[in-house]
Amino acid sequence: MAKGMREIKRKIKSTQNTKQITKAMEMVAASKLRRAQNAALASRPYSDKLKEVVSSIATGSGSVKHPMLQSREIKRSAYLVISSDRGQAGGLNSNLLKKLMETIKEKHKSNDEFSLFVIGRKGYDFLKRRGFTIQQEAIGVPDSPTFADIKSIASAAVKGFENGDYDELFVVYNRFINAISQLPTIKQMLPLDASQLGGDKSGPSADYEYEPSAEEVLSVLLPKYAETLVYSAMLENKACEFGARMTAMGNATKNATKMINELTLNYNRARQAAITQEIAEIVGGANALS
Amino acid sequence: MSTLRLEVVTPERKVYEQDVDMVVVKGVGGELGILPRHIPLVTPLKIAPVKAKKAGSEEFIAVHGGFMEVRKDKVVILAETAELGSDIDVARAQQAKERAEQRLASKQEEIDHKRAELALQRALTRIQSSGH
Repeated sequence: MAKGMREIKRKIKSTQNTKQITKAMEMVAASKLRRAQNAALASRPYSDKLKEVVSSIATGSGSVKHPMLQSREIKRSAYLVISSDRGQAGGLNSNLLKKLMETIKEKHKSNDEFSLFVIGRKGYDFLKRRGFTIQQEAIGVPDSPTFADIKSIASAAVKGFENGDYDELFVVYNRFINAISQLPTIKQMLPLDASQLGGDKSGPSADYEYEPSAEEVLSVLLPKYAETLVYSAMLENKACEFGARMTAMGNATKNATKMINELTLNYNRARQAAITQEIAEIVGGANALS
Repeated sequence: MSTLRLEVVTPERKVYEQDVDMVVVKGVGGELGILPRHIPLVTPLKIAPVKAKKAGSEEFIAVHGGFMEVRKDKVVILAETAELGSDIDVARAQQAKERAEQRLASKQEEIDHKRAELALQRALTRIQSSGH
């Protein structure tokens, strides 16, 4: 009996350790989530402004043509997959990758019809294991990414579109709804939807002079704008990651508490049984003597 | 005398936001001085320091590319990176400058060359902006 008790005790101990870790991870994720949300907020003025200027050029002077605004016949597609480097975030990455796989299966017959760009180790490992060729990857992006961290992969993805390697570019990422819910999303990034850009045009937006010319300004701005879209998707995905991890670790902590309670109950029962048995033995021995 | 509001915004944060008398920038078409009530204008920028004149004093901001939007009483500069002159680590910029110059002197591949040139420009911009 005593042996069983020792085993239970050991289990309690190890569950307690696990609980401590998950609890700490939950709190770390919570504070990182706040930071990620702030970062997403801080990036907004930049992307808003850029969008404003781009849309005022794109809609203002109707004659402006730019390859990134025109939809072409679709022969090849590209996906920029944004995943996290670490797991322990519930179904965050697997839901996203599942969605990606479904879309790919639906839209493409062979693996030659699309290119993949991947941010994050989870997505990279997953796709690599399935034998896809990955054009470029970015692994080890820090928790509060700067623009420079993703600039090279973002501009490579945009450049491929410009060169005509593919005719549409999608960003695959988790949309942040709130701290406990994330929505895997596949969003078309290129060609930019001109109607969407001009959608919320109201009020007096200035008629700009362009130097040297509207076309040239646009050709500088549009790739930047596209890269900014990638950056904000990246920030959003980071926020999702921490949100999901917080929830997952919260659940793990809760489960550990439950398990400890159960084990403690079992332990006490075993202890009680051991004591009862000992008493019975003593009483039995005493009776035999008298 | 009227002033104009200068904002320098990067994807990560707002670097600068103040009322100034005049802004001097280097656009792709050449140097531009912006005074209040300038006609609305959009232009890409070169890697160069931006000068903000304010009540007799001057401030420099190292702006690495990006572009500028001018409105009647407001100038917004959007750049991928921008630093205030006072925040710049001059020693590091100096090192970067020397490194870039070395690379340029060694003349390797074409891409390296271009990158080194850009790095040199950035380093020079930083050094100039920090007022040395």
